[in-house]
Amino acid sequence: MLRVEGLTCRYGKVAAVSELTLEVRQGELVALIGANGAGKTTTLKAISGLVAPVAGRLMFSGRDITGASARHILRLGIAHCPEGRRVFPYMTVLENLQMGSHLRRDRRQVAADMAGLLDRFPILRERRAQTAGTLSGGEQQLLAIARALMSRPKLVMFDEPSLGLAPTIVDRVFDVIKTIQAAGVTVIMVEQNAFAALELSDRAYVIEQGRLTLTGTGRDLLENPRVKAAYLGA
Amino acid sequence: MRRLAILALLALLLSVPLWVGNFYVLHVLIVTGIFTIAAMSLNLLLGYTGQLSLGHAVFFGIGAYVSALVSLGFAVHLAPDWLVTLDPQPVWLAMLCAVAIAGLCGWAIGRVSFKVRGAYFVIVTISFAEVARLVALNWDELTQGPMALNNIPPLAVSLPGLDEFDFIGKVPNYYLVLVAAILAYVVIARLVHSRAGRAMIALKENEPLASSVGIEVTRYLVLAAVVSAAIAGAAGALYAHYIQIVDPNVFMFLYTVTMVIMVVAGGKGTLAGPIVGGLIFGLLPEVLRSFAIRPEVQWVAYGVLMILIVYLLPNGIVPAVASLWNRAGRADAPAAPTTGSSPGRIVP
Repeated sequence: MLRVEGLTCRYGKVAAVSELTLEVRQGELVALIGANGAGKTTTLKAISGLVAPVAGRLMFSGRDITGASARHILRLGIAHCPEGRRVFPYMTVLENLQMGSHLRRDRRQVAADMAGLLDRFPILRERRAQTAGTLSGGEQQLLAIARALMSRPKLVMFDEPSLGLAPTIVDRVFDVIKTIQAAGVTVIMVEQNAFAALELSDRAYVIEQGRLTLTGTGRDLLENPRVKAAYLGA
Repeated sequence: MRRLAILALLALLLSVPLWVGNFYVLHVLIVTGIFTIAAMSLNLLLGYTGQLSLGHAVFFGIGAYVSALVSLGFAVHLAPDWLVTLDPQPVWLAMLCAVAIAGLCGWAIGRVSFKVRGAYFVIVTISFAEVARLVALNWDELTQGPMALNNIPPLAVSLPGLDEFDFIGKVPNYYLVLVAAILAYVVIARLVHSRAGRAMIALKENEPLASSVGIEVTRYLVLAAVVSAAIAGAAGALYAHYIQIVDPNVFMFLYTVTMVIMVVAGGKGTLAGPIVGGLIFGLLPEVLRSFAIRPEVQWVAYGVLMILIVYLLPNGIVPAVASLWNRAGRADAPAAPTTGSSPGRIVP
């Protein structure tokens, strides 16, 4: 479904990602793990068109999307849930969801999708008129996920979905991501919490200093001594 | 309730010339109105897209000069043997040209300036205003330089079947500015509540996130700059035909600062903010003068008020009043959100 071939991205002279090649198949949940600054976030940004690659090729559903604009890529069905400040803090929950459907013109379907998501996340329905900045961290993350789904993506990319959340809420967020996959949406997830990511994912890629070092199924990597030593603290 | 309040306000504004007989007071109201329109246009950029343009007087000045020049006519050498001349045109046409050309300048300056953000954007916009002032000062063949453009004709409209009507004097100009202000308000309100407006607010709140939901950041910033510049140009044109003289000082930094003060004090990112701020800071100097306070004390009072507002009401007067109103209205409801550019407060 998505092929990344020889992707290289630079910030100035510093190469954030070098000759990275990876593949994501339809319906999979793929995790990218690695230390801080390994190039995981940059990889996602390159896929969603927020960072222009210096070299390499990005193919999505048989189409070359290298160098395409962020809105074009979103239209083709790749949604990106960025890390850090996840919501528009002074917009209400409903307005945040509307922003997720910014590119869509099918108003009736958008309204139906929004109602569906509010059914799925009752806490968001309860807080629909509140500004997003007044939500708790976990609620903000659920809102960010729901907003990404508002674009009806075929592939969603989550960047550090568990960052800064309380442990019980982290489980809830991972559950939600799993149900998204179960609904037929392909998922790429960047996670620092390597253990959870490997347990959750079908396959995973380990990135170190912008390069791919290991790949395999989540189970295999959990057993891999190198991964254990470097990321699982065992 | 809300509708009634708006109707009452409109009735009050429309009836002003009936009970204010003093032409000087009307003059102050007209000038305040013109600057309020300019402040409303600045608010679109500063309040809704979050970009602080400290060169906003450039659009005001361009509007004033274009409208003056088109209505007076000009002859200017663009090259030693290339003379461009224009015969005097009707004032309404001149004003439309002013709006169009100011909007065009907004597009061009926006395209260049929005490549940078923050302090760099502020500096780029300041330098545009300074360049415009120097051009107006030194291109005397076109602008008369420091001699200024004089005898600018007032707006005259001739409707079929009626005599020509000249906007001379205080009362007609008061209504002209009032209508222009209402028009500007409606245009800005429509824009802000449209899809494009939501996109602008989104990129003010969180630019990386906005681009990740497919908003073309530069496109919406430039759109805001064009509309904002066109409205500021209209304000400049109104100014030129009312005061009937335009000199390079219209590009002065002071004018931009006045607009910024009006917007920030009134409440940036609110529709009513620049109007409240514009009225307060437009009328304040005159009110202080009526108490026969010495000028230096007046400016100190002006400054103190400014500091007090910024300290006590960091989001401006309108959001503060709105949240008071909400708190009084429904004490049990969750705290009303305020709009502003400070980062979101996260309640655990």
